Amino acid sequence: MTDEHMAQDSRHLEVVLDTQVESVNLAEEMCLRVAEAAGFDEEMCYRIGMSVREGVINAFHYGNQERPDKKIHLAVDLTPEKLVIHVMDEGKGFKLSDVPDPLAEENILSTSGRGIFLMRAFMDEFDVVPGTTGGAEIVMSKRLPGSDNGHGNGQSSSSGGDTAPQKNA
Amino acid sequence: MSLHATYRDSGDVTVVDLGGRIVLGDGSALLRKTVRQLLDDNRTKILINLADVNYIDSSGIGELVHAYTSVKTRGGELKLLHLTKKVRDLLQITKLYTVFEVHSDEASAVSSFR
Repeated sequence: MTDEHMAQDSRHLEVVLDTQVESVNLAEEMCLRVAEAAGFDEEMCYRIGMSVREGVINAFHYGNQERPDKKIHLAVDLTPEKLVIHVMDEGKGFKLSDVPDPLAEENILSTSGRGIFLMRAFMDEFDVVPGTTGGAEIVMSKRLPGSDNGHGNGQSSSSGGDTAPQKNA
Repeated sequence: MSLHATYRDSGDVTVVDLGGRIVLGDGSALLRKTVRQLLDDNRTKILINLADVNYIDSSGIGELVHAYTSVKTRGGELKLLHLTKKVRDLLQITKLYTVFEVHSDEASAVSSFR
């Protein structure tokens, strides 16, 4: 069973998830509800949901190495301008600059390594920073509908690291 | 919605009808198991019908690539049929649209196999 601890106020939601496959769906569903309530349309909800999936898959597989004794920390902040999602693992962390480009010819037939690329493509802002757990913290955001430049065009605009699409750590 | 898979013969081509989501976990595992079973049965001309698949994550993309390379390694061909818009967009941004042979008509897809 997933061990959840939730603390919610009007603009902040946190969940601590077990390192298991079911946590990916749970995180996606939770963030989709927030996104729908915030007024994002179906296409934007799809992009947000996919990005959350990829962030949690990254934490589950690469960060926590699928170890059940480690946790995945998911936080969602809804500000007047944007929806901000944080996914933090308890692994060793990684640098975006070390992540291979999945679009490179030598990687195109790789069976993994497209998660970070998809998050960067689907969200307006994306970064990976050192987490307070010692692992990696993915921080990504989407501007709210109606805000300046709301409904981004789906192109990435990383606030850190390389600008080239990259592979999961 | 979990993934379901059935297959049928169209001449010497095996058409695999998938429905649901190809995502981390059971969905990706079922796709892998299905393709492995087909290869074990020496079915190496495989057409994957994605008409009822409207969601694939990076794990599912990886599984499609694994299926493609597994079949190719056996000297066969794996092609895709009836992509939904979301799946088509996903394959385009990951540049896999140029790797897979994609068809929108089953009869012409079947006849395109050598």
